[in-house]
Amino acid sequence: MKASIWVRMDTWVRHLVPISVTLFLLLLTAVPTYLPGFASVSPLLPLMGVYYWAIYRPDLLPAWAAFLVGGLYDIIAGTPLGVNALVLLLVQGIAASQRRFFLGKSFAVAWWAFGLLAAGSSGLTWVLVVILTGQVMDASPVIFEYLLTMGLFPLLTWVLARTQMAFLKDV
Amino acid sequence: MKQSGAVGRLATLRLLAQRSAFVSLILAAVALMIVGKADIVLIERARTMVADALSPILDAMSRPAATVAEVMENVRELASLRAENARLKAENQRLQHWQTAARRMEAENVVLHEQLNVVPDPEPGFVTARIVGDLGSAFGHSMMLNAGARDGVRKGQAVLTGEALVGYIAEVGERSSRLLLLTDINAKLPVMVESSRMRAILSGDNKERPKLNYLTGNTSVAVGERVVTSASGAAFPPGLPIGMVASTTDGIIRVEPFVHRHELEFVTIVDYGLGGIMPFEKPPTPDRRHRGQPAE
Repeated sequence: MKASIWVRMDTWVRHLVPISVTLFLLLLTAVPTYLPGFASVSPLLPLMGVYYWAIYRPDLLPAWAAFLVGGLYDIIAGTPLGVNALVLLLVQGIAASQRRFFLGKSFAVAWWAFGLLAAGSSGLTWVLVVILTGQVMDASPVIFEYLLTMGLFPLLTWVLARTQMAFLKDV
Repeated sequence: MKQSGAVGRLATLRLLAQRSAFVSLILAAVALMIVGKADIVLIERARTMVADALSPILDAMSRPAATVAEVMENVRELASLRAENARLKAENQRLQHWQTAARRMEAENVVLHEQLNVVPDPEPGFVTARIVGDLGSAFGHSMMLNAGARDGVRKGQAVLTGEALVGYIAEVGERSSRLLLLTDINAKLPVMVESSRMRAILSGDNKERPKLNYLTGNTSVAVGERVVTSASGAAFPPGLPIGMVASTTDGIIRVEPFVHRHELEFVTIVDYGLGGIMPFEKPPTPDRRHRGQPAE
């Protein structure tokens, strides 16, 4: 049985949700907050987006999409081009290859694994930026950023899970 | 049986294709880093093109945030209205005294200029831009502005808010540009200590307070002294205020900028007709000469 054009279009639009949501998270990070102390750090929202979709719908946020989001992140943030592209790509690859381990596990497991992965990606970003700029930089904002990201993870996962339930329940 | 074997082979092939796509994306990312490191014009053009495309979206998204911040600021101001009023009255009195002094000096200055036939400094042109993107990254302090080459913004131009310098333009697209703040790890600026005229280089290190390096002379710098731009390197006109010396511990002098990053919403990009901080391209003569005489 062949689905009608409308049904197919509906499915197609729904399948775009993970990428659009992750791009939206990226843009959201770039909005000026006007908060003292928070101007130089921001939670790694795109990282959480890539991690979540790599586990639950890797077919809808494939490696090239993670690469694209990372590249845009580099352009908006002004980090050396390719750094976040590589980091998000690796996060997507690792999370997607280990997804069988996560399915059916509790939320705490996902949080713990995210903690490891985010620590790895923050560390890798720091190392790459230091190599590419040739200057050793202070790691404390990176650590603060990491903690902020970890703290926001449950909230964002809840939002993303809601999004998945709303748009991608049976497609 | 045969069919499942075919399906299995197909799955293996697909997995192989996915793997090789993944590996080639990794290689692409590494290649981007290497090419970006070599500072090729092409990469910069691609960057600015993408930034141009994103800037209207970011612009639209940053407006509600600005409104919320404004409302919160209003509430805070209401709470301290009386104290603020008293402070402003005192300040007004003091400033009126300064105004009288400044008028007298201005008149005297005009006469002296005429007597000496001083070549006047060119009138700076300026553009005011909104900050649309501030991806507070731990790896650099820069912001995206919604004005670009079509508005007369050029690389290396000074960016001020009020009278204080906050940074300079590092990348220019057609309708967006990137402001590199003084605190960024890549920001280096010739400055001087205002009272002693000692030259130094202000270098950012991604912390809130940039460092003062390569001080000329061996007189000590005291906390609270004002730091302004110097004419060395012909980047900016001398005397633009930057900040105050905040600490001098362990031989490291740190400067507290007059403007903090979270306070920025609108900035002024000023073209002094000088080379700017990065003289890769000579800026053309300013075509926007809006700034007339200083306000009365």
